[in-house]
Amino acid sequence: MVLNPNDKSNVKAVFGKIGGQAEEYGAETLERMFAAYPQTKTYFPHFDLGKGSAQVKGHGKKVAAALVEAANNIDDIAGALSKLSDLHAQKLRVDPVNFKLLGQCFLVVVASHNPSLLTPEVHASLDKFLCAVGTVLTAKYR
Amino acid sequence: MVHWSAEEKQLIAGLWGRLSAEQCGAEALARLLIVYPWTQRFFDNFGNLSSPTAIVGNPKVRAHGRKVLTSFGEAIKNLDNLKGTFSKLSELHCDKLHVDPENFRLLGDILVTVLASHLGRDFSPACQFAWHKLVGVVAHALALNTP
Repeated sequence: MVLNPNDKSNVKAVFGKIGGQAEEYGAETLERMFAAYPQTKTYFPHFDLGKGSAQVKGHGKKVAAALVEAANNIDDIAGALSKLSDLHAQKLRVDPVNFKLLGQCFLVVVASHNPSLLTPEVHASLDKFLCAVGTVLTAKYR
Repeated sequence: MVHWSAEEKQLIAGLWGRLSAEQCGAEALARLLIVYPWTQRFFDNFGNLSSPTAIVGNPKVRAHGRKVLTSFGEAIKNLDNLKGTFSKLSELHCDKLHVDPENFRLLGDILVTVLASHLGRDFSPACQFAWHKLVGVVAHALALNTP
């Protein structure tokens, strides 16, 4: 799955539009993921996952920052997320299937906040981008 | 058999009442064919699928999308007997059309994003959970005849 020039510009446009709300989107993405896919909670036994949790907000901020970083370095996502890729492979070892779930929830957040932004073409590009991020983060698993 | 809580049933039925099966169905199917272009393999006889614009405007896509969502409406009326409700459709999709069940899951995911775009904040995490469960159960019922 390769990002073509259209995909890259669509993704940059999305993150440009989201701007400073990225942190909020990150937190809501996690909230939705824990609600829609409860098995994902197994990776956070040390967190308070209740509504409005500061830990979830804080973690959402981190997740969003990584997505923004990847979008800003979309020509070399592997390079931009190399340290995160190491972290996931060596320490976190989140099963690869969960990145799709996170990606789906991010799409839902974008769709619910900005329906007009998520045209079918942009939807396709963003989905490809999120897949690419997941692939990079699991690239060193074995 | 799948258990549905009163809250889940309410979240599903409540939202369903606010949607146009025609519009959401057409949009969901079009997005499926655009976002996951390999799904077009099942629609060789649908005519022009050469671009997102062509797909969105394609009357066969719109009509089929409407059909698909209408059957969801049937599912919602028969939450306690999805296997029975989808038995003929399962035969059709598996035995005749040979559709990989993964495609039902992909369409389910797309439908959830379409609902989010139409309902905004009203598509709460709890709604997302209930609808994700519904699309999963429908996908499972449709796949029952898979080899």
